[in-house]
Amino acid sequence: MPEIESHDVDVVVIGAGGAGLRAAIEAKARGLRVALVCKSLLGKAHTVMAEGGAAAALGNVYPEDNWQVHFRDTMRGGKMLNNWRMAQLHAQEAPDRIRELEEWGALFDRTKDGLILQRDFGGHRYARLAHIGDRTGLELIRTLQQKAVADGVEVFMELKVLRLLHDDSGAVAGLVGYWRPSGSFVSFTTKAVVLATGGVGKSWKYTSNSWESTGDGHAMAVWAGADMIDMEAVQFHPTGMVWPLSVRGILVTEGVRGDGGVLRNAEGRRFMFDYIPPMFAAETADSEEEADKWYADHSAGRRPPELLPRDEVARSINSEVKAGRGSPHGGVFLDIASRRSAEDIRRRLPSMYHQFKELAGVDITVEAMEVGPTCHYIMGGVRVDADTTATTVPGLFAAGEVAGGMHGSNRLGGNSLSDLLVFGRRAGMGAADYVEGRSGSASVDRAAMEEVVRAATAPFERESGENPYDVQHDLQETMQSLVGIIRTGSELEEAMGKLEELEERAANVAVAGGPQYNPGWNLATDLPSMLTVSRCTTQGAIHRTESRGGHTRDDYPAPDAELGKVNFVQRVPAGGARSGGAVGTPSIRSITITPEPLPVMPDELQALFDEEAH
Amino acid sequence: MTTLEDVSTTPVVLGGVRGGPPVPTLRKDRWWIQPVVTVTVLTAFVAYATWAAFVNKDYYVGATMHRDLISPFYSPCLTESCVPGSHPGTIITWWQISPALLILIFPLGFRLTCYYYRKAYYRSFWWAPPACAVADAHGSYKGESRFPLIMQNVHRYFFYAGLIFNVLLTIDAVMAFRQPGVGLGFSVGTAVLCVNACLLWLYSVSCHACRHICGGGLKKFSDHRIRHRIWKTLTPLNAHHMVFAWMSLVFVALTDVYVRLVASGTIHDYGFHF
Amino acid sequence: MADDTTTPRADGGAGGAGGAGGAGERTVTMRLWRGDASGGDFVDYVLPAVEGEVVLDVVHRVQADLAPDLACRWNCKAGKCGSCSTEINGEPRLMCMTRMDTLPPDEVVTVAPMKTFPVLRDLVTDVSYNYEVAKRIPPFNPRPKTDDEVAAGGYRMQQIDVERSQEFRKCIECYLCQDVCHVIRDHEENKTAYAGPRFFARSAELEMHPLDATDRRELLQEEQGLNKCNITKCCTEVCPEHIKITDNAIIPLKERVVDARYDPVAWLGRKILRRTKGTAAEAAATAPAHGPAAVQPEVEVTGTPGPQHR
Repeated sequence: MPEIESHDVDVVVIGAGGAGLRAAIEAKARGLRVALVCKSLLGKAHTVMAEGGAAAALGNVYPEDNWQVHFRDTMRGGKMLNNWRMAQLHAQEAPDRIRELEEWGALFDRTKDGLILQRDFGGHRYARLAHIGDRTGLELIRTLQQKAVADGVEVFMELKVLRLLHDDSGAVAGLVGYWRPSGSFVSFTTKAVVLATGGVGKSWKYTSNSWESTGDGHAMAVWAGADMIDMEAVQFHPTGMVWPLSVRGILVTEGVRGDGGVLRNAEGRRFMFDYIPPMFAAETADSEEEADKWYADHSAGRRPPELLPRDEVARSINSEVKAGRGSPHGGVFLDIASRRSAEDIRRRLPSMYHQFKELAGVDITVEAMEVGPTCHYIMGGVRVDADTTATTVPGLFAAGEVAGGMHGSNRLGGNSLSDLLVFGRRAGMGAADYVEGRSGSASVDRAAMEEVVRAATAPFERESGENPYDVQHDLQETMQSLVGIIRTGSELEEAMGKLEELEERAANVAVAGGPQYNPGWNLATDLPSMLTVSRCTTQGAIHRTESRGGHTRDDYPAPDAELGKVNFVQRVPAGGARSGGAVGTPSIRSITITPEPLPVMPDELQALFDEEAH
Repeated sequence: MTTLEDVSTTPVVLGGVRGGPPVPTLRKDRWWIQPVVTVTVLTAFVAYATWAAFVNKDYYVGATMHRDLISPFYSPCLTESCVPGSHPGTIITWWQISPALLILIFPLGFRLTCYYYRKAYYRSFWWAPPACAVADAHGSYKGESRFPLIMQNVHRYFFYAGLIFNVLLTIDAVMAFRQPGVGLGFSVGTAVLCVNACLLWLYSVSCHACRHICGGGLKKFSDHRIRHRIWKTLTPLNAHHMVFAWMSLVFVALTDVYVRLVASGTIHDYGFHF
Repeated sequence: MADDTTTPRADGGAGGAGGAGGAGERTVTMRLWRGDASGGDFVDYVLPAVEGEVVLDVVHRVQADLAPDLACRWNCKAGKCGSCSTEINGEPRLMCMTRMDTLPPDEVVTVAPMKTFPVLRDLVTDVSYNYEVAKRIPPFNPRPKTDDEVAAGGYRMQQIDVERSQEFRKCIECYLCQDVCHVIRDHEENKTAYAGPRFFARSAELEMHPLDATDRRELLQEEQGLNKCNITKCCTEVCPEHIKITDNAIIPLKERVVDARYDPVAWLGRKILRRTKGTAAEAAATAPAHGPAAVQPEVEVTGTPGPQHR
């Protein structure tokens, strides 16, 4: 058994994106011993990818904006599946969190009065997104990173956490992981753990997420016995690049379609006219002539079908590809080159133009882009208490993308950055309150620790076995083709079976080389997480027999009012990991699912929706 | 078991093995072209300027040729030895050798301490480093932290001095419109001196010290709108400081060459008068 | 060097076709550094050429098909996180931002780890030096809010006042500028007292930040080696974010130091005008007071907690 380095702290925060950093800052401010653990270097987390801004009802541009309006926008965007209390706290506290960033050195773009400038975004009634050009996420993470460093938060970089450990009462008491550079194992005993591990996108073939987004936090929560909600709610962007490889997954902003870009299939046909649903027929143009008039003058014609809601566009692209009329690399063509002059394109879409030119040598003023639905964000996640972010496992907290409930079944752009700040802070507070309420020090079972280490090093022991990259590849293909943006019951059932096969294959992978910075081995240890979250999403998608927000069922195309009143809650029943520490990774087959009623919104908040109705 | 308080990280041993490829550079492109060109041009300029400064003749085209053209190397000509007509009057009496040597200290100092030329000669002459990602040629390196290189910090005084010379050379260029004995006119020589003065102005105002003094040193632009506007105007010029540095350097030598050729009677300064 | 190394041809996987490619298929040869702190060697990998790839894509294919244990650090693959810094054909670059079709065709592509930092394994280096320097930068120190700002709920800053610092906040901390800077690249001993281009830009950002109230000039000159920089501009040349590090950060800082220390006219002016703010004497008095900035006297750089130090 290799030696296991050990540390004793009060709070471990896993993940150093926006939520993790904010939680660590808060817990540190309470005088606790905080360890911030992250899988990459500090400051590289996926938060840097956020471009648009952070939504907060500051009212700097529209004084009539306030938290009630933001709350209502968020709930409606989430198709009312949100945890109302989270949405309320988020809308109420986001402005203070943004201003706080400024006190820590962030430099947002300014209004003429010298206040924070806010921009418009889809789904938000008022211009509400505090931003810095198109690199708001970078500003946010850098500000928090510098604040955390100044406050003396201890950071453990490039450390992959494998499992949470429990004490005899079932509370979280520690964790085991390994340093990626050396491959040596490390354990923490801790009174509380904050999960801030972000998303799960790496289980799909086309994703805007990085290699880190393997759903480690989601999976560790499941294995620890925590409840998960809404795992079927995954946001796909209809137009992510599928080719060239160098830009696969990079999103093509809706602005391209708004500025005249059209979708064509392999035959060159502008196919969106074939997919106008009756619900939108009245407001959508039914001929190219009419649609083309709209761009210059929005009152001259009805909207082009390319600008239908995201799910409709994605569904249409999906149908074209499945009918064999897709582009050579499995997408469709998004063509703005033949529609607008090169000069116009460069002027109106400068960052799109430069990004593709620089990264891919694709000149969007000359050639069409190959695009397709791309996995972007998971709304579902660990079920938490809104005020404290406490999960259903004592000592375990979750914030950011890994937590579920805040965004319901669909997230509005800009709400993720403010989510990180609001609930990152609350997680730090929640964990600190919890720690302060406990006496004595945490203790974990050495045997459980060793078991985790044994399981993690098993791929080195196997003489022969499969390449983990092959398993990952097949998992991504499975999720992309069967649990993608448009889902049907039969395909989902097929995916369940394939996932079980993949789980068996993942248990038998072999890796070459040593443990030092070995990406093959790192991937082998990520596979259980990816399989677990994939299973949750697939299972949730089977049970939610309706279409709502980010979850679209071809066989149940409409929302179902009854299902709109429940969360699908998934868990590994007690007796698995919850008691007695880690006893092997629970099989994905042991995950159960039950519908549970949504928390009931108080009347005064409900009234916000009623008053809007008239 | 350690607690966070105990985490005293083991120091990284300096000078330790880094472990990468043990070669001075892995660059495959012709990175040496730039230093070679810099060395060639700068050496040629220094050689020419030294010769031109010591030769102490043919630097002024005067009334005998109906012109008033002075080489920038010799302006302002303030010593006794200056050619009649080339100077406003003898101010310095104790200087016995070429007046150019007295003058060239200032432009030379300005260029020697210039942020752009520093880059150019540190790279090409001193090889610290010869090119990016190519190992530098020195066992130890202290940069500009000690004498004599700490003197680079006087750049802004040479900048001020350079401004005085720019004014004088501008006056020379204006004077070059005079054609003694004929009236006002315009010749190739006039154009040469005008272009020379313009390039020198561009080199000066695009200087980093200038940009700092005019507004860059401010913390809050919104309290100093005019200085912000000046800074904003200078910034794009500053981006081309290297271009102006080379153009003005080459042209100042060409100006001297032209005046010299005319003064020595080798060529005629074509022009017209009003 | 590279030409002498053994070149095990791709055995199996998609890169099976060696040399010029059996079936007339175009191939690329990647010459990747394999090794750790104790040394290593270049190894050639031959793969089929695929259109539209960046270097990182090809390295990923090497991992997936030929060498699953090849270490390389990356995250976003979109030029936004600054993780995949290496030296491609000897030039410090991000692998995700270097398109294969911009490299000389039909030539071997060499990828080596950043030279300035110790190799952890293969293409991955230990960049903890940078995180240590970051700790020594005096933190942001905002002035108090005015009454108007308290009423408005936030600081007031004009766009023209924040733009300069915003340029430096584009930094993605890829550390290519630190890597290429010969002050530490070729002179390890300078690491004890040299912040490097990335952190000069950080200090410039704070010096130009309309709210920050700390004077960092004395510290920059005395402890952080601003005067060791000889402005050879390589940092600017390699910056993937196109930040003008030398022109907009380092030289303005040097000029600010001149204001504080080397300019008697400015000194006299301040004496006469009795300006309360930012005199050289104050600069000297306040700078060291800002805690973690002071560099330890011993000749060592402490590392972040990491396995490599244990």
